Amino acid sequence: MHTHNHSNEISDLVQILLVSPFVLGLIGYLLSVSISNRKKKQWPFYRVVLWIIGVVCASLSVIGPIADRSHEDFSAHMVGHLLLGMLAPLFMALGAPMTLLLRTLPVQSARRLSYILRSGPINILHNPIFTSIINVGALWLLYTTELFPMMHENVVLYAFIHIHIFLAGYLFTISIIYIDPTPQRKSFIYRSVVLLIALAAHSILSKYLYAHPPDGISSVQAELGGMIMYYGGDAIEVGLVCILCYQWYRSTRSKVKSANLQLQKN
Amino acid sequence: MTDKRNNQLIYAKQNMWTGILFGFGLIAFIDEVVFHQLLHWHHFYDKSTKDIGLVSDGLFHAFSFFATIGSSFLLADLHRRHAFWLKRWIGGILLGAGVFQLYDGIIQHKLMGLHQIRYNVNIVPYDLIWNISAVIMIVIGLVLLNRTRR
Repeated sequence: MHTHNHSNEISDLVQILLVSPFVLGLIGYLLSVSISNRKKKQWPFYRVVLWIIGVVCASLSVIGPIADRSHEDFSAHMVGHLLLGMLAPLFMALGAPMTLLLRTLPVQSARRLSYILRSGPINILHNPIFTSIINVGALWLLYTTELFPMMHENVVLYAFIHIHIFLAGYLFTISIIYIDPTPQRKSFIYRSVVLLIALAAHSILSKYLYAHPPDGISSVQAELGGMIMYYGGDAIEVGLVCILCYQWYRSTRSKVKSANLQLQKN
Repeated sequence: MTDKRNNQLIYAKQNMWTGILFGFGLIAFIDEVVFHQLLHWHHFYDKSTKDIGLVSDGLFHAFSFFATIGSSFLLADLHRRHAFWLKRWIGGILLGAGVFQLYDGIIQHKLMGLHQIRYNVNIVPYDLIWNISAVIMIVIGLVLLNRTRR
């Protein structure tokens, strides 16, 4: 691939800028846990662990060796993409940050926040079809247009795309599995069908990349990158599907109990 | 015992679909592990693949592992309702596996040119075994499902 012209100092600065929201997120999370634990019952420890793992995954992809290499090495770029857009959002969503925030804030502010969360525009952000389009749709745009080579020329674009990949991945995750309180829930079938199509679009894109390398990527690199995207994506998606199915299984439990009672009466 | 029989009949449809989805996922899993990864007969991508083949492959790939996981939870649900019907479930598996195998063998391999079963050999016997075994699975599956209707 081409050698990038911008100096190392700028790229270091971008890396620090990109990692800082995650560091702040970690500090904020830990502070909220310690503050709210004083008044309420203990916040589950496993959620803290999941949040930390998520933050580490995201940070690994924007700062350090993977981020450095991703400019020259398409497979490193792909590993970073899986970490930032899929694995970090999944772990961080499992950390239930909104639930934590709502129980930490004073009652008045918490009410105001939950009012905002139930408002119209936020509902769109929770719609699985919308989040699939900004997630997988944007990936198609990135890898099949000039956007990909442009990203490595322009620092601002690079930062914007990376923030977008994380946010789109996070919104997508929380629109499929409901960990935090979610207004206007969609049915399991609805979410399953959308998830299925999004997963398919992800698989199709990875095979498409295998055969049609983005500008500036050699075919050997594109083949490896495509396979990392295909199988790596699978591994994370399996986790997402398991959680979705488990949530269905738990939600039908109450119906089973009443059905069994009915049988006993008969 | 009569209670369980009753439950099985109430959930006859779920028993069948749980099997079909599992069969679907199972055969796709065997395809991936045995033919792609162990034997390396199948290729990740074949230069002759048409775009529609890529779309079909992506959809079926996603559907197959979704079906495996989803059907496992459906199976757990049947056990929880004391409504699991082994024979009907197996019938569903064979039907699902057979239908997928036939679709893979005729539509994806042949019409869409996704990839062949094996390369640099006379492909005819491979295709015949592949598709005939699919038909056999479908027939046995349908017989089992028919016998467990009531």
